[in-house]
Amino acid sequence: MYRSHVLVCGGTGCTSSHSHEIIEKLESEIAARGLQDEIKVIKTGCFGLCALGPIMIVYPEGCFYSEVTVEDVPEIVEEHLLKGRMVTRLLYDETVQADEIKSLEQTKFYAKQKRVTLRNCGVIDPENIDEYIAHDGYQALEKCLNRMTPDEVINVVKDSGLRGRGGGGFPTGLKWSFAAKNSADQKYVVCNADEGDPGAFMDRSILEGDPHCIIEAMAICGYAIGASEGYVYVRAEYPIAVKRLQIAIDQAKEYGLLGENIFDSGFNFDLHIRLGAGAFVCGEETALMTSIEGNRGEPRPRPPFPAVKGLFGKPTNNNNVETYANIPQIILKGAEWFASMGTEKSTGTKVFALGGKIRNTGLVEVPMGTTLREVIEDIGGGIPNGKKFKAAQTGGPSGGCIPADLMDTAIDFDNLTAIGCMMGSGGLIVMDEDNCMVDIAKFFLEFTVDESCGKCSPCRIGTKRMMEMLEKITEGKATLEDLDKLEELALYVKQNSLCGLGQTAPNPVLATLKFFRHEYEAHVVDKKCPAGVCKALLNYKIKEDMCKGCTLCARKCPVGAISGTVKNPHKIDTAKCIKCGACMESCKFKAIIKE
Amino acid sequence: MKSLAELQAIKERTLKSMTSRSDSEDNTRIVVGMATCGIAAGARPVLNAFTEEIARRNLKGVTVSQTGCIGMCQYEPIVEVFVPGKEKVTYVQVSPEKAAKIVADHIVNGNVVAEYTVGSIAK
Amino acid sequence: MEMVNIKINGMPLSVPNGITILEAARYAGIEIPTLCYLKDINEIGACRICMVEVKGARSLVTACVYPVNEGMEVFTNTEKVRKSRKMTLELILSTHRKDCLSCIRSGNCELQKLCKEFGVDNEHAFDGEMPEFEFDDSAAHMVRDNSKCILCRRCVAACNQQKVSVIGANARGFDTHISSAFDKDLADVSCISCGQCIVNCPTGAIYEKDDTKAVFEAINDPEKFVIVNTAPSIRVTLGECFGRSIGENVQGKMVAALRRLGFDKVFDTDFAADLTIMEEAYELLDRIKNGGTLPMITSCSPGWIKYCEHYYPDYLNHLSTCKSPQQMFGAITKTWYAQKMGIDPKDIVVVGIMPCTAKKFETKRDHQAASGYPDVDYALTTRELARMIDTAGIYFNHLPDEEFDNPLGEATGAAVIFGTTGGVMEAALRTAVEALAGEELESVDFTEVRGQGIKEATYSVAGLDVKVAVASGAAAAHEIMEKVKNGTADYQFIEIMGCPGGCVNGGGQPIQPAVVHNFVDLKGRRAAALYEADKNLPKRKSHESEAIKRVYAEFLGEPNSHKAHEVLHTSYVKRPKYK
Repeated sequence: MYRSHVLVCGGTGCTSSHSHEIIEKLESEIAARGLQDEIKVIKTGCFGLCALGPIMIVYPEGCFYSEVTVEDVPEIVEEHLLKGRMVTRLLYDETVQADEIKSLEQTKFYAKQKRVTLRNCGVIDPENIDEYIAHDGYQALEKCLNRMTPDEVINVVKDSGLRGRGGGGFPTGLKWSFAAKNSADQKYVVCNADEGDPGAFMDRSILEGDPHCIIEAMAICGYAIGASEGYVYVRAEYPIAVKRLQIAIDQAKEYGLLGENIFDSGFNFDLHIRLGAGAFVCGEETALMTSIEGNRGEPRPRPPFPAVKGLFGKPTNNNNVETYANIPQIILKGAEWFASMGTEKSTGTKVFALGGKIRNTGLVEVPMGTTLREVIEDIGGGIPNGKKFKAAQTGGPSGGCIPADLMDTAIDFDNLTAIGCMMGSGGLIVMDEDNCMVDIAKFFLEFTVDESCGKCSPCRIGTKRMMEMLEKITEGKATLEDLDKLEELALYVKQNSLCGLGQTAPNPVLATLKFFRHEYEAHVVDKKCPAGVCKALLNYKIKEDMCKGCTLCARKCPVGAISGTVKNPHKIDTAKCIKCGACMESCKFKAIIKE
Repeated sequence: MKSLAELQAIKERTLKSMTSRSDSEDNTRIVVGMATCGIAAGARPVLNAFTEEIARRNLKGVTVSQTGCIGMCQYEPIVEVFVPGKEKVTYVQVSPEKAAKIVADHIVNGNVVAEYTVGSIAK
Repeated sequence: MEMVNIKINGMPLSVPNGITILEAARYAGIEIPTLCYLKDINEIGACRICMVEVKGARSLVTACVYPVNEGMEVFTNTEKVRKSRKMTLELILSTHRKDCLSCIRSGNCELQKLCKEFGVDNEHAFDGEMPEFEFDDSAAHMVRDNSKCILCRRCVAACNQQKVSVIGANARGFDTHISSAFDKDLADVSCISCGQCIVNCPTGAIYEKDDTKAVFEAINDPEKFVIVNTAPSIRVTLGECFGRSIGENVQGKMVAALRRLGFDKVFDTDFAADLTIMEEAYELLDRIKNGGTLPMITSCSPGWIKYCEHYYPDYLNHLSTCKSPQQMFGAITKTWYAQKMGIDPKDIVVVGIMPCTAKKFETKRDHQAASGYPDVDYALTTRELARMIDTAGIYFNHLPDEEFDNPLGEATGAAVIFGTTGGVMEAALRTAVEALAGEELESVDFTEVRGQGIKEATYSVAGLDVKVAVASGAAAAHEIMEKVKNGTADYQFIEIMGCPGGCVNGGGQPIQPAVVHNFVDLKGRRAAALYEADKNLPKRKSHESEAIKRVYAEFLGEPNSHKAHEVLHTSYVKRPKYK
C-alpha cells in the first residue's frame, strides 16, 4: 500500500521534453531515501496541458507541478515526498489561489472541459489493465455480450447521436447498422488511428493514455456488426501509442477479453495492429483499407461503401479513435446521458488540439456547442503577447478559418459546415495579427500538394497549380484575374476530386478568400503583405530618428546589407537584404521596422 | 475472463491501491506533520501505520497525506484529521499503536479519541 | 433482371439495376467520355473526365463507376459538366509534353480527341512546373516516355490483368509516375514483352520500338533479298488501321500493299504454322509413346515463353522445343529456300509482320539462327506495317486483292486459326489425331477448345484418352502452371498464348480506343474472321499442305528428324524476376 502516487505524463509531448528521464530520476531519488515502498511512480497518458509540460501530479495532495526538469526532482522528493512541503515554485500558477491549493478541475483550463474520451488520460497507468478495469473498464463489453443483442447495442449508439469524430460527422450508429445488415462469412472492424492533420494529436493521446478503451469499443462494435476480427491502423510515427496499444492487446488477450468465447458468451474477437507509413491520404477510409491489404495507399471510388465491400472485400466498419473512445461510456451510462451533452444534432464532446498563437497549447475536451471564444479565451488562455486574435483554423488542411467576428459561433458539425469550415479531426490553430492569411492558405495547401496520392487528375495537378498561383500572389506577381482563376480552380478541385483529401484541399483557400479577400487584394493590387510575412513584399527599414548608431544590426546582418558609422543612423541596402529579420530582432531601440 | 464477478474482483482489488489518487473534497483527510521535527519524533512509522491500517480495513474516501511543521514541535508527531463538515481534530505525540486506534475509533466509528488530542494534553 | 427508372438529361429510362451511369447513358444514346476506364480491369475513377451531375449529390459523380439507382436523375451535358471536363483536360495538358504533330499517336490519341470534343482552346491554360519525366528504352520491344503519360493507369491494369505486374505507380502527388519497382529499367524486371500496356495506352506514352526505318533501308539495299511474311492474325486486323471494320479479312489488299512496298517475296507465316504443327504433333506423339515430359505445352507465343522462363523456370522441360512459326519461317527461308534459290543466306533479310511485340524480343533470342544468321531480322507489328503503307503513299483501300508468292505462301486452314486462342490446339489435334488413329477425321472442327477462357477437353483417339487444355493470357497461364506445379494437371497437351484471346488481341495489333475495348467484343470479332477463313480454305489440315510435304521430302526428311531438330527446334533459359 503506497501512501503517495506520483503521476508523470508519458504522452508524446512530455516525453519529448524528457519526462522519461524525470521518471528515472524520481525512482532513483525515492530509492535513495528508502521511500520506494511508500511512494509509487506512475507513467500516465496526456493531461492535455501540453504547453506546461513535463507535467507531474502528486497525490493525495493533488499538486500539479508544471514544466518540471530533471534538476527539480531531488527537491520534489526531499521537500514534498519526504517532508510534506509542496514545492510552490513549480506549482501550476492557476492552481494556486490566495495560498490555497485549488484542485485541477477548478482551473480555467479544466473548468469548462468535459472529459469523456480523455477521462482516463493522465489518471490511470495505461500499461496496467487492472487500472482500466478499476475505472469500470470492460464492463460495457460484458454488458453488451451477455445482456444486450447486437441490435440493442446499435440502437443505443444510434440514440446517443454520436457522430464520427474523424471529420465527416457521419452518424456512428447508422454506419454500424449498414455493416451489420450485410451478411458475409467474415466482417471486419477497423480503427483509423492514422491521425495526420498537422497539429492534431487527440487520437494519439487516447491510444497512449487509455488504449484499452479502444480495444473494448472495437470488440463491442465487432459484436454489434458480427465481426470477429479488427485492425487498428496507426501511424508508425506514434511509437509510444503503438507500444502501449500492443501491451494492452497482449494484456486483454491474457485476460481473455480478446480471443475466443469472451465472457463465456460465445463471441470471439481478435485485434491486429497495422502501421501506416506516414501518408496523410491513408486517413481516408478506402485508402486506409487498401493500405492494410498491403497495396499502395490510394483511395478508391465509393460506392461500394466499406459496409458493403470493405477490407479484403468484406463488409467493414471503420471509425476513428476518438469515436470509439466514446462507445464504452455510452453503453454504460446510456444514450440519454451522452445526448444530454452538446447540441441537438451534435451530441457529446469534442477534443480539440489547441495550437498556434494561444497561451495554453494542448488538448482540451469540451461539450459540443461550446463557443470558439470560450475555447480560445477561457480554456486556451487567450492570445499571448497582447496580440489581437485574427482567425482560427479548424479541420487542419481540410478545413477553413473562422474570423474574429464569428468567434461566438457554437462549435458543432453543422455550424462549422455552414460557415464553410469543417470540424475535421479537431485541430484548432489560432492566428493573430502577425499571420498573413494568404501565407496560411499556402501553408495548408503545400501540405495537401505534398500528401496528394496522385491518383486523380484534379488533386494531383489542380492543387499543384493552385499552389503555384498562391506563390505568385505572395510574390506580388499576380493580377486580379489570377484571383478569379484561383477561385474557379479551387471550386473545380473541390467538385471533381476522387476522395476527401482532394475534395477538401481547397477549403483553406476558399475560406480565406471568403473572409480575407482584402488581404489577397493587398498582395495583388498594392503589392503589400499587411501582416508583414510574405518576404517578397516587404522591406526592412531603419528609422533614422530612432537609430542610435550602435552598429549591432550591421554586425548581425549575415549578408552585410547594413552600412553606417558609429553613433550615426544606419541604412539597409534593400538590394542586398535577404529579409531574414536578424537586424530587427537584434535592435534594442526598435528602430528597425518592416513595411 | 468469464464473468462480471471476475471483472468486479479485479476492479475492487485495484481500486484499493488507487485510493490515494482521488482528491475529492468529500474525502476524510489524515495529515501527518512531516517536517524535520516530526520525522525526528517518529512521524514516518506513524504515517505508514495510517496508510496500512486504512488499506487493511479497506476504507474508501480516506486519504493520508503529509504536511510541514505545524508549529508545536514539542508535541510531534502531530496528526490532523479533517472529516468533511466537522471541526479539525489534532492528535499529538502519535505512535503507530495510537494511529491504529484513531483509525478504528475516529475514522471508522466517528468517535474522537479525546485522550490523544491536543486539548487533553494542554489541560 | 431487376430494372430501375432513371432520368438522363430529363429523358425517362428503364435500365438494369446496378449498371453504371456510363452504361445507362449508352441506352439513351449518350456517350460519356472516359480516359482511365477499362471495363472490369481498370474501374478506378481516377481521370475524372466522365464526371456528370446527379441530382442531390454533393459533388460531381464519376459515371464510369457510379451505379444507377431507382429515381436517379443524371445530367451529362450541363455548363458545369462541360466546364469541369474542359478544365480536367487543360490540367492534364499542363503536365503533358505537347508535341502532338510529331507524336506516334497523332490522330489516334484519346487525349487529343477529347480536347477537340470539349473545345480546349488554350493548351497552355494551366502551364506551370512540369514533373520530372522518366524515359525507358531498355527493353527490346518498347519505349516508355512518361512525358506523355496522363496517369490513367490503363497500362498498369493491363499488366495486372496479365498477373505480370511489373509496372505501377511510384512516388506520389505531382511526382507520381508509372515505372517498375524501385524505378528499375523494364529490361531488368520480369516483363514478358506482351505489349498489352501499349494497346491500352490512350496517348503516346508507351509505344513499340520502331523498326520501319531499318526495313525501308533493307528494301532499298540492292544487295539484300528482302522476304516478308505475315502472321495469321494480321489479315483480319490490318484493315482497322485504314478505317475498315473490326474483323474484316483484308488478306488480298495486305499482300498487294506488301508487294508495292518493294519486298522481294511476300510469303505467309501460315506456311510455317503448318510446319510447326507437323513438328509439334509428332513431338507430342513421341512424348506420349516414349514417356517424355507431360503435359507438353505449346511454344508459339514468345510472351508466354518469356513468362514461363521468369515465373516457372523449373518447368521449362514441359515446353515444346519447336521454334515459333515466325522463327521456323526464317529458319526454313534461310536454309532450304536459300539453297533452292541459290541465294547466300547472309543476303536474305527476313521481316515478320507480327501481332506481337514479344516477337521483337524473340528474334534476338539464342539458338534462333539455323543458317548461322538470325532466322528473322526484323519483327514488325501490325501498326508498323500500317505506318509503312502510309509512308509509302499506298492507298490501301483502293488496292486489288493479290495472292501470296510461292512456295512459302501456301497454307491450310489449320494455320490460319493459329491467330486465336485454341487455334494451335485445334490445328495440332487435326494432325495428331489423324496421325495417331491413322484414319481421316469426320469433322475437323474441335469446337470445345474455341472461345475465351480456360478450356478443357478429352478426345478419345485410337483407344487413347488425350486430355487437353487451352489458356490465353498470362493470368490463365499462371492458373494452369500452378496445376502443373502441384501435379494436378492431368493433361497431355496444353496450348498457352501470352495475350488474352491470343494473337488477335496481341500487343502489336492496331490500337483501338478504350470505348471499343469496353463495349465491342474485339477479340471475338477478330477471331471469328479467322475461323471464317479456315472454313473457306480447301485444305484444313497441316499435313495435307503440298508445300509442307515438299519441304519434308526435299529437305527435312521426317518430322522430328535430326535435320528438323537442327533447323526448327530451340532451347529455353531460366530467367530471374529481377536483375
